[in-house]
Parts: sequence; C-alpha cells; structure tokens
Amino acid sequence: MIRQSKGERTFQAANVVLLGFVAVLTLYPLLYVLFASVSDPNLLVRNSGLLLKPLGFELGAYKIVFNNPDIGNGYVNTLLYMSVGTVISMTLTILGAYALSRRHAMFVKYVMFFAAFTMWFKPSMIPFFLTVGTDMHMKNTFWAMVLPRAIVTYNLIVLRTGFAAVPESLEESARIDGANDFTILLRIFVPLCMANIAVVTLFYMVSKWNSWFDAMLFLNKRPMFPLQLLLREILILNSTDSMLAASSVGQSDQIPVGETIKYATIVVATLPILCVYPFIQKYFVKGVMIGAIKG
Amino acid sequence: MVSASARRVQIGRKSLRQRVVKDLRRYKYVYLMLLPLIIWYLLFCYWPLLGNVIAFKDFKPMKGIWGSDWVGFKHFTSFFSSYYFGRLLRNTLLISIYCIIFSFPAPIILALLINELRLPRYKRVVQTITYMPYFISMIVICGMLMDFLKKDGVITSVLAAIGLPNENYLMMPGAFRTIYVTSDIWQHCGWNSIIYLAALSSIDQELYEAARIDGAGRLRQTWHVTLPGLLPTIMILLIMRVGAVLNVGYEKIILLYNASNAETSDVISSFVYRRGILEANFSYTTAVDFFNALISFVLVIVTNTVSKRKTEYGLW
Repeated sequence: MIRQSKGERTFQAANVVLLGFVAVLTLYPLLYVLFASVSDPNLLVRNSGLLLKPLGFELGAYKIVFNNPDIGNGYVNTLLYMSVGTVISMTLTILGAYALSRRHAMFVKYVMFFAAFTMWFKPSMIPFFLTVGTDMHMKNTFWAMVLPRAIVTYNLIVLRTGFAAVPESLEESARIDGANDFTILLRIFVPLCMANIAVVTLFYMVSKWNSWFDAMLFLNKRPMFPLQLLLREILILNSTDSMLAASSVGQSDQIPVGETIKYATIVVATLPILCVYPFIQKYFVKGVMIGAIKG
Repeated sequence: MVSASARRVQIGRKSLRQRVVKDLRRYKYVYLMLLPLIIWYLLFCYWPLLGNVIAFKDFKPMKGIWGSDWVGFKHFTSFFSSYYFGRLLRNTLLISIYCIIFSFPAPIILALLINELRLPRYKRVVQTITYMPYFISMIVICGMLMDFLKKDGVITSVLAAIGLPNENYLMMPGAFRTIYVTSDIWQHCGWNSIIYLAALSSIDQELYEAARIDGAGRLRQTWHVTLPGLLPTIMILLIMRVGAVLNVGYEKIILLYNASNAETSDVISSFVYRRGILEANFSYTTAVDFFNALISFVLVIVTNTVSKRKTEYGLW
C-alpha cells in the first residue's frame, strides 16, 4: 500500500471519476425537482432541457401546497399511520426475533419455518383484499393501515440474526441472577443490538411513509387518505385542479403553476425521510447482514 | 457449552412427553413472546393464503369466500386459453430477465468500485447519494418518470438533442422495458450494494496478502479472492431473484401502465389488479395469481437445488 504503481494510480483516478459520475447521475433528477419547484412557473414552462439552477425564484407553489387542507390532512394521517404502525411493528418484530433466536427451545425452528414460508408463498392480492377487507371488516378503518403489514419477514430475520450473535454467556449469567426472558431481552439484547434495531426501525418507517397500495385497497374515504395517495392524484392522475381551485391563481397561470405545484409536493413529501437516513447510515452495513434462514 | 451438552445427555433419558413438558416450562416466556407473532401470521398470511380457494370457486360477494360454489379448474383453463396468457407471460418474463441481466450485476460492480476507493470521506458521500433513491416513494418516482419522459420533458429533450424523437416515451410500447429497467437500476443499485459491501468487509484480509505475495495483481486478486468471497451472497440473492421472476414489481407497473404501452407493460400482477380489484373478477384473477405463485415456488426450489449442486451454496 505504501508504494503505488503507475497502473494502480491510474485505476484510482479513473475510479474516483467514474463514481463521481454515477453520483451526479443519481442525484441530478432530484436536484432538477428541487430547482423546478422554486422556479418561476412561466419561465419553467417555456424551458426545455436541463436546469443547472432555478429559473428565477418563487415560493408560490410551496405556499399553495402548505395552504392546501388536503395535503396537511394527508401529512397528519401519514405521520399517524407511520408512528403507530412502527411501534406495533417493532414490538412484534423484537419479541418475535428474540424468541426465534432461542434455538434450544424445541418448537422454535418450526415457527421459523412457518414464518419464512410466507416469503416464498406470499398471499396474493385478491384473497388478501377479501379476507382482510371483508372477512376482518378492516375496510375504512385505522387498523387496515397498521396491522396487515405489521411484520416484514425479512426484517424479522435481520433482527433475529443480530440477536443470535449475542454471546450466550451474557445471557446465562443474567439467568443465574434470576432474570427472566423479558428482562434479558430488555436489559441485554436491546441495548447490545441497537444498530440492528435502528436499521429495522428505519426500514419500517420508510416503507410505511411511502406505502399507498394498501390505502388504495382498503380506504375510500378521502379524509383518511395518507399523503402518498394524494400524491398519486397529483402526480399520476395529473389533477392539480382541486389545489388550484382552492388558491387564488388566475385562469391563465393555472397550467404553469400546476407544474411547479407538482414539484413542490414531491419535495414536501420526500424531504423528511431523506433527512432521517443519513443519521442511521453508519449502521447500514453492520445491520443488514443476512444470516442463514434455516432455524 | 458444558451446560448445553449436559442438558442434552439428560434429555436423552426421558420420554417425549416429559421432554415437551420440560421444554414448555423452561421456555414459557419464549413461547409467550412467539404468540403474537404466530397469531399475526395466521391472520394476515395464512388466512389470505387459504383464501386462494376462490380460484377454484365462483366468488359471489353475498356468499363470501367460504360459501361460494366450487367450479374446479374452470378459471385456470379459461386463463390458459385466453389471449392474455401469452402476452402476460411474455411481458413478465422479459422484464424480469432484463432485470436479472442488467439490474442484478449493477450493485455488485458498484460495491466492488466503492470498496476500492481510498478516500474515506468521498466514499461516504458517494454512498449517501447512491442510497438516496431507495427512500423515495414509488408514486414520486413514477410521477418523475412521467414528467421527465413526456414530450419536451427533461429526459426527452436530452434524447431529442442526440437525434431521438421528441415524443412521450411512456406512450411507446418499444421503450417501456428500457424505462423500467433503467429506473430500477437508478432506484435500487446503491441500496442493494450495501449487502455486498457487508460481505466484502468480512473477507479475510490475509487472503489478499497471500495473493499479493504470490504475485497476483489487482485484477487477479479480484478474480481469485474477492469474487469467491462474494459468491455465497451473490448466489443467495440470485436464487431469491430467480424465484421472484414472475413477481415483477406491481406498484411501478400499475402506476406507469396506460392503454398505449399495454402491449409491453401489462404483466401478471397489473392484470390481476385491473381485472380483480377494479373490475371485480375475483375468482378469475386469483386463479391467475395462484398459477403465478405456484410457478415461483417451484422456481425457487429448482434454482436452490441447482445452486447447491454447482456451488454448494443455497437458502436451506
């Protein structure tokens, strides 16, 4: 490593340039959205091609987005579904992962198979919709947003792998002191596996923040819609009319402003989650190791 | 260790019933903790799985899943003989195979390149940026694609500058697979590289030392040390990927689907959504999905067996 050959140095330089290019290519679409969201709507519509900086500067679109009662309501709903959902998910996953990591217990490996089987044989869309929605009466309920996806088997396995790596001696000495499994889990396993828990919590939070499909299946009352379902109306079904109608934008400006509204909503809906993950990033590599799935 | 082996000797002398009772008493809290998990899986996985029986019934909302009449394989035969069977299978397989060819190796290459970087801060920045798209919702990604690929959109105007047509690319059946795979790489390449970086960090550094002493250059080190070290991870992920070959991410297809690109974009899951959820053909689409699940299940078992025979690595 001390003496680098010429070929080695060329490779290093090429690698730095190549990865820089990859990073720019990955980041640019997001920068474009950011630039476009603060651009002057009329200039933006006339422009075609890349943006290297905002065209003019206007926060009008953000004002409309923030003043829109639907978006605010969707935000609150999403926060609610995400926070309650993540608490339920983490409780089930931590308890389950700890129990599944106790290999000496006779029946644990069968339960592991019982859980892992659903990774290969997933329930299909229609029976899921009918059993959860109709048989369990979850249509248009808060529970439909937090219970049916509460456990992600992959996350369960990630956490179980982390728990299984805790040395057995720690647990045995606690047991001699009279601690039961609940105490051991809370006092020893949870503090020791904070990295894994942080990563799995993030996984759950992100998937709940971004989820829309279940909401589309089970909810048809607009006041219950999460943010993503409202985004779908704006971005995919292309209707910014309701937002524009609620604002004071003149008739001739509606189309251009409609464009910037789209970009502003993307920023408002995406920024919170993008701000969280860099703090947990250092745990990623450590937390995501997949172990053998067998019990 | 002593106590564990002593325990096992002791167990050997007892009857099954005594062993079960002892196990339940000893691990009562463990089983108590498993209870919510088991209930959850029964309710939200196994109950819906049982609901698959409507593939063999004529579902009537009034009679419900369990009360509807049996019709045998009617829905399967009508699917196999329909025009859609060939189209859905072709589209699903082609998108999946393109993903395996292009999106699957991309994170491996990215991880190898990131691993070679000698500048820690730069490395961290590259990682943070390439992970980013993973955190963006499918709705936003598809919204961006629709916006960028429309007539005069950003990507369209860049493509127009190099001589390609200035039209809405999502309306062209010929462009759909490329759009799907390219955006898939953009979204997942960085994130998927994490698992390979984890595997790379666990390769014994002495192996590199030994290879260097034997006169191996960088390329040969990669070939003889790094790749064999990554092989178990690659194989496990490849088996999972091949098993999921018929499960093309339905969220993205449902969002990007339109009548003009249906010829290449319609896959099994988007068909199930459209005909099932939107048009309420519950039994027919469950049959389609059940066929899909069955094939996937067989594929996982086959690839796992092949992988075990050829590389000694497998999921179980």
